[in-house]
Amino acid sequence: MAVEMRKGKFDGDRAAALLKELRVSFASGKTKSYGWRVQQLKNVLRMVDENEKAIVEALRLDLAKPKFEAFVNEISLVKAACKHSLTKLKHWMKPQKAKTSIITFPSSAKIVSEPLGVVLIISAWNYPFLLSLDPVIGAIAAGNTVVLKPSEISPATSSLLAKLLKDYVDCSTIRVVEGAAAETTALLEQKWDKILYTGNGNVGRIVMASAAKHVTPVILELGGKSPVVVDSKINLTVSARRIVAGKWGCNNGQTCVSPDYIITTKTFATKLIDALKHVLEEFFGKDPLQSKDLSRIVNSSHFSRLTKLLDEDKVSGKIVYGGQRDETQLKIAPTILLDVPEDSLIMNEEIFGPLLPIITVDKVEDSLNIINSRSKPLAAYLFTSSKKLEKEFVEKISAGGMLINDTVLHLTNPSLPFGGVGESGFGSYHGTHHIHPEKLDYWMLFFTTVRA
Amino acid sequence: MTVAEFGLGERLGELRRTFQSGTTRSLAWRKAQLQALLNLVRDNEEQIFQVVHEDLGKHPVEAFRDESPLPLAFFPATAELLPEPLGVVLIFSCWNFPISLALEPLIGAISAGNAALIKPSEMAPACSSFLARVIPRYLDNKAIKVIEGGPETGAKLLEEKWDKIFFTGSPRVGRIIMSAAAKHLTPVTLELGGKCPVILDTRLSSSELEVAIKRIAWGKWGLCNGQSCVGVDYILVEEKFAPTLIDLLKKSIDQFYGRKAKDFKDLTRIVNRHHFERLHNLIKDPAVSDSIVHGGQVDKERMFIEPTILLDPPLEAEIMTEEIFGPFLPIITLKNIEESIEFVSSRPKPLVLYAFTKDETLKRLVLSRTSSGSVTFNDIAVQFMSDDLPFGGIGQSGLGKYHGKFSFEAFTHEKAVLRRNFIFDLESRYPPWSDFKLNFIRLLYKYDYFGIILLFLGLKG
Repeated sequence: MAVEMRKGKFDGDRAAALLKELRVSFASGKTKSYGWRVQQLKNVLRMVDENEKAIVEALRLDLAKPKFEAFVNEISLVKAACKHSLTKLKHWMKPQKAKTSIITFPSSAKIVSEPLGVVLIISAWNYPFLLSLDPVIGAIAAGNTVVLKPSEISPATSSLLAKLLKDYVDCSTIRVVEGAAAETTALLEQKWDKILYTGNGNVGRIVMASAAKHVTPVILELGGKSPVVVDSKINLTVSARRIVAGKWGCNNGQTCVSPDYIITTKTFATKLIDALKHVLEEFFGKDPLQSKDLSRIVNSSHFSRLTKLLDEDKVSGKIVYGGQRDETQLKIAPTILLDVPEDSLIMNEEIFGPLLPIITVDKVEDSLNIINSRSKPLAAYLFTSSKKLEKEFVEKISAGGMLINDTVLHLTNPSLPFGGVGESGFGSYHGTHHIHPEKLDYWMLFFTTVRA
Repeated sequence: MTVAEFGLGERLGELRRTFQSGTTRSLAWRKAQLQALLNLVRDNEEQIFQVVHEDLGKHPVEAFRDESPLPLAFFPATAELLPEPLGVVLIFSCWNFPISLALEPLIGAISAGNAALIKPSEMAPACSSFLARVIPRYLDNKAIKVIEGGPETGAKLLEEKWDKIFFTGSPRVGRIIMSAAAKHLTPVTLELGGKCPVILDTRLSSSELEVAIKRIAWGKWGLCNGQSCVGVDYILVEEKFAPTLIDLLKKSIDQFYGRKAKDFKDLTRIVNRHHFERLHNLIKDPAVSDSIVHGGQVDKERMFIEPTILLDPPLEAEIMTEEIFGPFLPIITLKNIEESIEFVSSRPKPLVLYAFTKDETLKRLVLSRTSSGSVTFNDIAVQFMSDDLPFGGIGQSGLGKYHGKFSFEAFTHEKAVLRRNFIFDLESRYPPWSDFKLNFIRLLYKYDYFGIILLFLGLKG
């Protein structure tokens, strides 16, 4: 029953019927109970534990994702999210006392978190397992009913999720709808209590416009060009490894917080490139197209998109490392480019692939203006040991999140909310109560409403 | 009118440049602006009463109570979560509390370090013009601007890209705002409306009931004569109590407004012809007018409608399906008060749900089986006065929240900042990957340090 697509076309009528069913389930009150939430979270955890091999295999089929990445970047994060929620749930569900003023004496006030109702989660193809289950876990923890629409661009994972969830969780409250644009449109026409979308800005706009018809709150986890500023005052070896791991060690550049491009000084560029080359060979060997530790490009459409970026006239001559490609295997080798023009395609769209342009400036401080002249990215990175530069960077650059002297890791930190700003999105998730004890937990925050 | 004639492009350009310069980020600037805002209100109290009276016929006491903005607390940044301003924000305010609904969000925008453009409602023209005149005299003109105008102005503003839009008004316009915001992925806070019900459980002593009904009467007619998003829309009560309720309500009306309520002293008038006609039409339906048990008189010239009570108008009539936003108070009777839960929860979620009761079971049912922006037990509208409580709707009644620290948060991006150094580097996170590295990471995740030792000793595979 959880797999909607097999019964024929999933159109507006079927979407409406699905929603109706879930509303009835929600109205019964069962999802609000602590017991139900705990049971479902435990079911998800058990589901992951008992099916690790199948999950790794699906990710291999969809993305040629190395087993290590599948485990570290997807499976373990999902399990951690479950465990974290199970530990924190009682605390999250407790009402918070609020102060009252003398004008209303005597009175008492509290903030109660309650589930929103029926939520829609539209997930992405690059971390198809994580980006489906992570939000679902949040929605369950907050006591909602959920419809998950996994990405059709990662079909093996989509179909595995549909099958597994049906077998492990309460199907009267948690459902999967497989499909593509038509099915997503049918879903978006309905009135949801919340929508969480992970993907690109174009579809993000469509999601928000659909949500606007019903004044449905949304979380949009989008992307952008996450810059890396590299100062010369650094431990070059460690920095290079962290940049390479963050770029090519995470789905071969197909990550929303992937280091997109580097800005460094003219005088340091050569040293940096040499260090990166050295690390790339160490990690992926002399013939990276043969390395088992590199994901492939997800499909031929993205492969063409990326080769187009490389083959643009003003860019093709700027390759200083890599550039090899194998269309039959949908593989592109880690590629570094130096000083591509600012108006090239590669510098004006999110790369989302294994190409790393390096832009050079006279002074490292000049990088701040370059970054600020562009849309706000999901992440911004800085490698430096200068506290002054670090302070300036943190204060002047606006981004969803920032990491100093490393890449990508901040999204694995449960104390930090993960989300964008400006073009990179709005709303956030992950995160715990620790940072601001007087606030509701971020998990709860977007799948619940506060009721004063 | 073109954007150029409008001067919008220029004004917006200046706001953006000012924001980029970093002026609005400093604590000193924010504090100075907030202080200036306090001075503005203090120095111009008389004028504020005047313009509010001009636009709405609001009594000074009501205006003072409802239009003085509340002060805001401030939050320091933490090392890992840095609150930063969103940038240049657009605030649309509403006509019913035309000063406070402009200034309260502005306080949030300023405290969070943003530049802001306010578009006051053209339906309260004296207040709009007051704000346009007075704000530049007190606040930093390069960072905070006011633009006057109607729907065309609004539409032009919505074509631009803002970093946040804050809107107070009707759900219909809320949808338009959010659709426009979608084109630029602009986050929004929408403070909308709905039908705020009052559940009146009569298992109270007679003196408690009197207080309750007085509060309800005040919550209806004492808040902009019913034209308030948190005002009482309708009452749910057990049918045997209806006659007493009506009597007590009439008594309150007399007390508040004198027997000559028809003279409409101390009562806010209906804001404009359009709304007057809209309200008048609600009671033109014979099935509805037949249910009037008190009041119903209107003064077309001066656009006043007297406090009016209805008993069980048809549920499918517009007066019971749309937000009234006026001085009509329908009483809906039930066999027993528990039915109110189903009644409320089968309708769109209101901004506020009011319940007068001492019964713990009923309170629990209200909290567990209904949903609303907020719930207030045993009073009306006072939840506003707690700076610690967020104010905002859910579903049709809105999206996002503000007041107090929530205002600060509404205009803030919380940037996650993680700092690392070069000292400790975990070898196992780097390719080429191996089963060893994978096992190491697995064990690390499980905090299985003993297992890790075994792994390194070659005793674990």
